[in-house]
Amino acid sequence: MFAFNGYFGSLIDGASVTLGVAFGSLALAFALGLGGAAAKLSRSPGWRATAAAYTTVVRGVPDLVIMLLVFYGGQMAVNAALAGMGSSRFIDVNPFVAGVLTIGFIFGAYLTETFRGAFLAVPPGQGEAAAAFGMGRAQALARIVGPQMLRHALAPLSNNWLVLIKSTAIVSVIGLTDLMQRASLAAGATREPFLFYGAAAGMYLALTTVSELVFAHLQRRLSVGSRRAAL
Amino acid sequence: VNWELAAEQWPLYASGAWTTLRLWLGALLIGGLLAVPLAVCRSSASPWASRPVWLFTYLLRGTPMLLQLYLLYYGLAQFEAVRESAAWPWLGSAWFCAAAAMALNTCAYTTEMLHGAIRALPAGEVEAARALGMPRRTQLSRIVLPSALRRALPAYGNEVVMMLHGTSLASVVTLLDVTGAARDLNARHYLPFEAFLSAGLLYLLLTLLLLVAQRAAERRWLAPLRAHS
Repeated sequence: MFAFNGYFGSLIDGASVTLGVAFGSLALAFALGLGGAAAKLSRSPGWRATAAAYTTVVRGVPDLVIMLLVFYGGQMAVNAALAGMGSSRFIDVNPFVAGVLTIGFIFGAYLTETFRGAFLAVPPGQGEAAAAFGMGRAQALARIVGPQMLRHALAPLSNNWLVLIKSTAIVSVIGLTDLMQRASLAAGATREPFLFYGAAAGMYLALTTVSELVFAHLQRRLSVGSRRAAL
Repeated sequence: VNWELAAEQWPLYASGAWTTLRLWLGALLIGGLLAVPLAVCRSSASPWASRPVWLFTYLLRGTPMLLQLYLLYYGLAQFEAVRESAAWPWLGSAWFCAAAAMALNTCAYTTEMLHGAIRALPAGEVEAARALGMPRRTQLSRIVLPSALRRALPAYGNEVVMMLHGTSLASVVTLLDVTGAARDLNARHYLPFEAFLSAGLLYLLLTLLLLVAQRAAERRWLAPLRAHS
């Protein structure tokens, strides 16, 4: 693309890094969210309190502050641990790893609420019916409660994912060459910041729009067979 | 770890908190006031009124706020016409651009929220107002908006917290808000834990205060809705 002075490919590379961070964080957030929801719904007060502290702290502190703490604090902790073991090596924390860990940790808290709500939305009779058929807990979860939970989780999940994609922009602050950072580099080199930030905005918009379409499609697929109240 | 050195920096955090509060309240006030007429346009039956507002919220809600901030602060400076215009003293300042980006951002989210609340109004409420012969302006000010603003309150509480956290991005364009103060402390003394943990604690405290305020506001203003359910 001529208009982008050869920087178009660089922006595309940046967009793929952004997607990498987003999918990596989503995977981590999914695991933390399922664990968190299980903890919140568990009978043990210790687990419930831990999960409550996790979601409260994450939702009370800005993403950027958590990310800076993980990046700079993590670096210091890793090197202090190395020095403690008598090693004189110095390790730089990889901004991709710090970014995925932070954003995954943050969205794990949001997904905890999503999964907890979805689980509670499945009528208890469903699980009881599965038990009456002689299914074990794991089997009932995999065949009966899990699939129905997914249906209820999809709408909030779509929302969480859209917020997550936009949140990944802050990894540029710790030096990761994501879409945001590539746009900044091109803007600096060509002195055409409006053009490159505008192009990056178009790419983020494309990512969020495509995601919305995919989720709308999934929603249709997963709600086959469920009826909606009509007025 | 050196908490004493960090504690000596409290004036930095205090002025940071003041900057954060001004940015946050300014953005909420301007964004919120703009959102009310925009939500009315967005809910209008005329596509000439609703489509442009839809486009505005689509663009702002589909891109990261950090990018919007960069577009305003760095992007606009590309154009000589902007640099030589009367608005340049404002558009060239990080403070103004951060406040403007945050106000526009919260405005877009609040507009959609209010639009949702207006659409969720029981049709009978508006029909009754029309049947009484109220002019449209009176319908809006006495029936539609009081009811929609109430209904939007729980979601708006969330937005208020998100904006408090959103102001932390101002530190990226050199403003010394709470996050900026923490980054400054970390850069000068390399005390990441002390710097960012105290900033995080400050935000957590403010967030918890907001949640208490939200509960009080909902008790006061959602009472009429509860009475009927």
